Amino acid sequence: MDNIIEIKGLHFSYETDDEEKKPVEVLKGIDLDIKQGEFVAVLGHNGCGKSTLAKHLNAILLPTEGTVTVDGIDTKDGERLFDLRQCAGMVFQNPDNQIVSSIVEEDVAFALENLGVPYEEMRRRVDDSLKAVGMYEYRLHSPSQLSGGQKQRVAIAGIIAMEPKCIILDEPTAMLDPQGRKEVLATIHRMNREKGITIVLITHYMDEAADCDRVVVMDKGEVVRDDVPEKVFSQVDKLKAIGLDVPQVTELAWELRKAGCDISPEIITEEECAAAIERLFAG
Amino acid sequence: MLRDITIGQYFPGDSVIHRLDPRFKIVITILYIVMLFSGGNYLCLAVGAVFTIGAILLSKIPLKMFVKSVKPLFIFLLITAFINLFFMSRGNVLLHWKFIKITDEGVNTSVFMVVRIVLLIMGSSLLTYTTSPITLTDAIERLLSPLRKIKFPVHELAMMMSIALRFIPTLIEETDKIMSAQKARGAEIDTGSFTTRAKNLISILVPLFISAFRRADELATAMECRCYHGGEGRTRLRQLKSAPRDYIALGVTVLFLAGVIVLGRLF
Repeated sequence: MDNIIEIKGLHFSYETDDEEKKPVEVLKGIDLDIKQGEFVAVLGHNGCGKSTLAKHLNAILLPTEGTVTVDGIDTKDGERLFDLRQCAGMVFQNPDNQIVSSIVEEDVAFALENLGVPYEEMRRRVDDSLKAVGMYEYRLHSPSQLSGGQKQRVAIAGIIAMEPKCIILDEPTAMLDPQGRKEVLATIHRMNREKGITIVLITHYMDEAADCDRVVVMDKGEVVRDDVPEKVFSQVDKLKAIGLDVPQVTELAWELRKAGCDISPEIITEEECAAAIERLFAG
Repeated sequence: MLRDITIGQYFPGDSVIHRLDPRFKIVITILYIVMLFSGGNYLCLAVGAVFTIGAILLSKIPLKMFVKSVKPLFIFLLITAFINLFFMSRGNVLLHWKFIKITDEGVNTSVFMVVRIVLLIMGSSLLTYTTSPITLTDAIERLLSPLRKIKFPVHELAMMMSIALRFIPTLIEETDKIMSAQKARGAEIDTGSFTTRAKNLISILVPLFISAFRRADELATAMECRCYHGGEGRTRLRQLKSAPRDYIALGVTVLFLAGVIVLGRLF
């Protein structure tokens, strides 16, 4: 499969406002390729640069050095800015601060209105997107009547309406209750599965990352690990060293292994863990 | 407690008046105001009253809502009446006591003015009762769109209005939270002298403003991500389509206006 996102030698720094004007380097040389249809989680501690990286993917920020290419479009190419943003949609943490209109369906239509999509086409895409996230019956509601999870799904619908190839979600569940988190994650996974949309999920929840195809771990502006979740989480001590947790079951397996049990370190789901422990007792 | 504040005074319904094209409703309201102010006698006012009552009945909104709309302006009405009553020097003197002089003309004008203003308030309330704020904003944008030619930022203005409407409930909720948080820390908001309360209000306003600025910043980024670039080349999901009933309503209003002007000339 082709790469939809190609990041080469990405550096980003900004100048501080104080008198010294000392530049702060946030991203220190990132190389990353993401394939069409992949579901990638980007993990990292606060301040590791993961949100900054996300903002580079649709030209909200431009690299100080290096290049970012999305679907063949260089993010520095100002002429194709709208093509780029249509191709790579972005969902943010706070659902309240990204909903523009006081009527759900009009908010979903916002991007299409900006792009000048004709009415019939817009109507169809708005209805389809709302159905895709399961919010169709709320189309005439006001966002203030919705729960956090519902609002976030409306925000996702607003992005899907652009028919993007790739969606970047910057900690979309950080402000939600467990129920809302579940709804939003299920929606994202369905978009990936059914529509083949590439997903870049920025998160600090380990269990969210465990369900992905690939996990990219960032620390201090660099990519430190990039592998399937099983491999990434099996190195519990390395993750702990950079201030990250691992899923509880992985940690349990790791502790058991340290205590001398013969158990695989690559356990990330509860089912796997239960089965492995059962085998331990049997053997 | 803050949640009780309703923004705009939209009274949802499905009457003929509700279904009129909002652009026509605004134009009709303007014509209605002209109608009220162009007739100088009671006959004209009676025609205006018939028009108002007719529209109110068609809207199927309970009459007490309109009484409620006049209430906040009661003092204003009172002042208007008094000024006309005491400062009108023309006409036959009805009462003369020390420096107070009331003439029949004075009584006449004050009654006339009060009725006119009451009708004005009721008529314009009908517009906000039957049209949601967001529809109203939309209609204003479209009515003002010719002004774009002289570089008047019509779209930007409408966008600001609709974002303000969108964020009012959010900010109210936030104010509620901040108030509770500050109360939990011992801030006196409901008690104390006026000055202490005013001072303590700062402890609510500062965090509210900071948060509003942060929201604005995030919203701007989110709008950019969704390809917002001003009003140029925008299409709309909400289509305003005028139906025959809109033209009928406009026609009726124009007839009433003409009638009032003619009556004003004749008598």
